[in-house]
Formats: sequence, structure tokens, C-alpha cells
Amino acid sequence: MSCEKVTLPDERGYFGPYGGRFVPETLMPALEELEEAYRSAMADPEFHKELGYYLEHYVGRPSPLYFARRLTDYCGGARIYLKREDLNHTGAHKINNTIGQIILARRMGKQRIIAETGAGQHGVATATAAALFGLECAVYMGEEDIRRQSPNVYRMRLLGAEVIPVSSGSRTLKDAMNEAIRDWVANVRSTYYLIGSVAGPHPYPAIVRDFQTVIGIETRRQVLEQTGCLPDLIIACVGGGSNAMGIFYPFLADMEVKLFGVEAAGRGIDTGEHAATLSQGSPGVLHGSLSYILQDQDGQISCAHSVSAGLDYPGVGPEHSYLKEIERVNYTSATDAEAVKAFRLLCRVEGIIPALESSHALAEAIKMASALTPEKIIVVNLSGRGDKDIPALAGEPGVNS
Amino acid sequence: MNKDSMISECLDSIRHNGKKGLITFITAGDPNMRDTVEIALGMAEAGADIIELGIPFSDPLADGPVIQQASQRALGSGTTMARIFEGVKEIRKTCSKPLVLMGYYNPIYKYGIRRFAADAFQAGINGLIVPDLPHEESGPLQDAARETGIDLIPLVAPTTTGLRMEKIAADARGFVYCVSVTGVTGARQEINEDLETFTGMVRRHTDLPLAVGFGIAGPEQAARTALHCDAVVVGSAIVSIIAESGKASASGPEVEKLVRLIRSALDQH
Repeated sequence: MSCEKVTLPDERGYFGPYGGRFVPETLMPALEELEEAYRSAMADPEFHKELGYYLEHYVGRPSPLYFARRLTDYCGGARIYLKREDLNHTGAHKINNTIGQIILARRMGKQRIIAETGAGQHGVATATAAALFGLECAVYMGEEDIRRQSPNVYRMRLLGAEVIPVSSGSRTLKDAMNEAIRDWVANVRSTYYLIGSVAGPHPYPAIVRDFQTVIGIETRRQVLEQTGCLPDLIIACVGGGSNAMGIFYPFLADMEVKLFGVEAAGRGIDTGEHAATLSQGSPGVLHGSLSYILQDQDGQISCAHSVSAGLDYPGVGPEHSYLKEIERVNYTSATDAEAVKAFRLLCRVEGIIPALESSHALAEAIKMASALTPEKIIVVNLSGRGDKDIPALAGEPGVNS
Repeated sequence: MNKDSMISECLDSIRHNGKKGLITFITAGDPNMRDTVEIALGMAEAGADIIELGIPFSDPLADGPVIQQASQRALGSGTTMARIFEGVKEIRKTCSKPLVLMGYYNPIYKYGIRRFAADAFQAGINGLIVPDLPHEESGPLQDAARETGIDLIPLVAPTTTGLRMEKIAADARGFVYCVSVTGVTGARQEINEDLETFTGMVRRHTDLPLAVGFGIAGPEQAARTALHCDAVVVGSAIVSIIAESGKASASGPEVEKLVRLIRSALDQH
């Protein structure tokens, strides 16, 4: 496999100049312990066997790679394929990572799981995995996100998790992560912190990437089976960046495959109300790693904005910063309005209700497809389903009528 | 080695006199920079040996609610690094005690590490504490601080292993900040029962003064904590007073009163 040649991060957790471990000393021994446990798990065939079992029989993998014929016809250009992560148990790619990390947490003897969540997809996936293995679970979620993603709050509670509302800062994902880290500092000996994105201190960006790489490995096999060639473009949305890392990673060495990460342009890049960290931010330290962040001139973290709670984050995983720097991935953005338009289009032409997060990737695909010829192949990572977004979009024109 | 530091000299001379050091913390710019200067001078007058000023940050993940809110008030009053340095210069005009800045890494990184160390030193800062900068990542700031003569004061926690403590102690300057509990900042009712074991372990790795902070709520706890270290750090308990009054004119005397009470509790033991 081409991805085995890529050896980043280095032993200090750096992807080029990005990554590292910027956390209070209290947590450093826990990160060392986690790194060691992860290394030993990855070298243990029993771990892979257990993970593989749950991915197949519980999550429902492999997820289909689906040729979106009507969407392709609508755009009138390149052929569009959807990697159907929305069909996973719990409705998003997040479960790939939470099952992996829960098995890891059990190997480490941790009884309590904590997580942060934005859209609630990672929270639901964590609560699900915790229920599956009978572990105690607490999920931090910003009050603003609790309001706009209410179905997921009910789901987490049904699954036995405690949802802890976070009222500090912008009351979104960033603040939920602050609060989860504070909990971890206080309860580090008994608690496993299950980070949901390729962000945070080393070794989390590598762990989450590795557990999400199953998306790209399957995609590579499926696209070759179905079309006989590699795709020309792969497009994924980027908040923290886990679904994008998961699908990009096995293609990094295939230079003929162009990779596009789509950030949330919110109300528009020039309004300042967006979450386009890689295109508008600058290097800095947030939540344990050095990466691109949205910040003001004094190094205070800016509030992000996106209609999609899962992308509403002023940071991004350090490996994405590196892939931007070496120009392997192109990072673009789609506005709230473009994402909502793509959301509605997919509902109507394919009978698939996509997550608002994934709708950003769709918006980019729709833009690009029409400019390309039909021999070109675009794969969009449809990272999640949109049921959770229905209450927030219910007021939109054309939804109730 | 490490004895050319004003901070360790200060704490060492207290130690040799059989006394305990008192380090008091407030957030710079809470509620505004002018009041910070007054309160800092008042604390020094009331018996604090070292004044620690927090650099406000939007996302202070090692802090409990009291200091989080202080950060918000300080940012709300327009506090920037440049204004903090101006305030430090003001304090320095009449105060000769060691001054320490405590701040998260991102505002320092954004300001420019070397520029930060140079400007802090020029303003009159003697030491620096960065709670989200563990030893492994501290190289660039360590170098910049050394060049100017500022002490980069490390933190050790109850979870810190012997191996880590050895590496941390080797580069430590000023004092070693022992985090009394596994948790964020904030006054607590109980003190850590294992404090003696913890500071005893740190002591085996360094001759530098040991200060204990996080969770010291008042005079009685300060005195009990001081049995196991050379100095205590009191932060949230003081910041709470500022939070309640909102103005230096009201909080200044109250802060000084608390500092005096802690001072005399420390001196009586």
C-alpha cells in the first residue's frame, strides 16, 4: 500500500512543522501511556481482528461507493461517486474512530469515556460505542450546538450518556473541547478522552487518522473495481478534518489523484463569519497542537461560524496544515447558502438527505463537475446523513411547503 | 547553577530565614490595567514576595471558572500584550519584588517568541510560566528566555513520572511550580493528602525552591500547604474578590486584607 511509505508524524508528533503536544504537564504522562498502548495495539493481530469484527458486523462496513447517476446528469460533466459513510451505524464516519478508540480504552483499563462534540455525530458515536462495551460516558457539547442539533442530544441520552452543556465562549465545538480537556486534567487516571477529529495533541491526530483510513482503503478498492481506474478528484469537507484525512490518506502517494478539502465559508469569507481555517487562518496553538487556527492579531482565538455545527471550529488537524504547506491538498470553501443548496439538491435528485457538513463537499463537487468531461471521476466523501439537521433547516423555504 | 536568578535568590533567602514565600496571582487587565497596577502594588505592600500576572487568553484550558472569567473581563477591557508590558513598567517603578507572567502559549507564539522575551525583560519581568507548554515543546521559549535572563518556570504535576521530573528539573530556573492536584485552577476545600510525598519526590530532583499552587483557598490552607514546600501560590481566591467588587477601589483593600491574613498565617508556622 502506498500509505505505508508515509511515516508522519515523527516521534515528537510533528507533521513537518505542525503538530506536537501543547498540553498541561498533568496530561503528558497520559499521552505517553496512550501512545504506548496504541503502538502495542496496532502491533497486535487480536486488536485488528476485534476491530475488523465490529466494523463489519456492527458498523456495517464496507460502506458502498455509489455512482450518483442523476446528480451526474444534473451537473452535466464528470461522473460523481458518493462514498456512503452516511450508511454506517449512527449515520456518519465518526463511528469508525470511536469503535477503534473504545477497544483501545478497554485495553488500557479505563472505565470512563469523555468526548467533545459539535454536530453531535461524534457524541452519538461515542455514546454508542460506550453503550456497546458497558462503559460510563460523558459528552461535552456547546449550548448553541445543543439547540441546533437537538435530535443528537436525545440520541446520546437514550444511549445512556450524560450530555454536559457548555456555556463558555462561543458555546460551540471549540468550547466543548476546552471543557473536555479540563475534565480530563481532573480525572486523567480513570478517564479516557476520546477525541473525534484529527486534532488535539499527539498521538490523537495519528490515531484518528489511522482509524478513519478504512474509508480511503475501501474507496480505492471500490473505485478500481467499478471503473478500472483511480478517481481524478476526491472531495471531502474539513472541520477538524477526520473524514477528509480518512479518505485522502491512502491516495497521498497517487499524485494523479487531486484532493480537495472544503472548509465552511459561513456567511462568506469576506464577512469574517466563517470557519475557513486553512485558507484564512495562520499557524498557532489550540487544543494541544500547532496548526492553522483562526485568531486575531493578539493570538486570541476567533469565533468561527458555520451553519454546520460539525465544521464550526476555528482550528484544523495538524496534518491538514502540512498537506496545505506541501501543496498536496487544495483547500477551498463553500458558504452556508451553497451547502444548503447542495443539501436540497441531493435530497431531490438522489433521495439522499446528506449532513450539512458533507453538503459542503457536495457543493464543491457540483461546482467542479460541470466544468469537467464525463470521463473524469469525482469521489465525494458523503461523511454523514442529514436527519440531525432537519430541525435546524425546518424554517428554510421549501422545506415545510 | 541557576543561582543568578532574582526569583530563586528571593525564595532562597526566605528559605534560609526559616520563612515561607508567598506568590500572589491576578489576571492582568482584570477589570482593567490601571486597577491591576494598583492591586499588584497593594499585594506587594501587604506581604506578597512575588507578584504573578496572568496574560488573558480566550481559551484558558488549565483554568477553572474563576480565572476563565477573569480572562474574559480582561479581554473585554481591551487588554493586549503591549498594555500588559506598560502596566508591568508602572509596577516596576515602585516595586522591586520579582514579577512573573503566566500565560498560554498561543498569544506568546503570535507575538513572536524572541520579541516577547525581550519586551518582557525590558518591562521588568523576571519569570515566565506557560501552563500549556510542556518540557518537550519548551525549547524555543527556553532559549529566548535564557538569552534575556528571564526564568522559564516549569510546572510538575502529581502525575509526573520520575523520568519526566528529572528532565524538567534539569532545565528549571527560578522555582519549580508544583501543581497540588490533578485538575484545573480554582480554590478547593481540601488540600491534597499526598502533598508531602509529591513535593518530597520533586525535592529529590532539584535544589531549586518549590512552590505549590492550584486550589489554595485561604490562610489556613496556605499554612498547611507551606509545611511541604518553600512557597505557596494563591490565585483564584484573590481573583474571586476582584470578581465580586468589579473595581479596584473596592477590591484593593479586600485583596490586601486577604494577602495580609495569608502572610501572617505563613509567618506564624
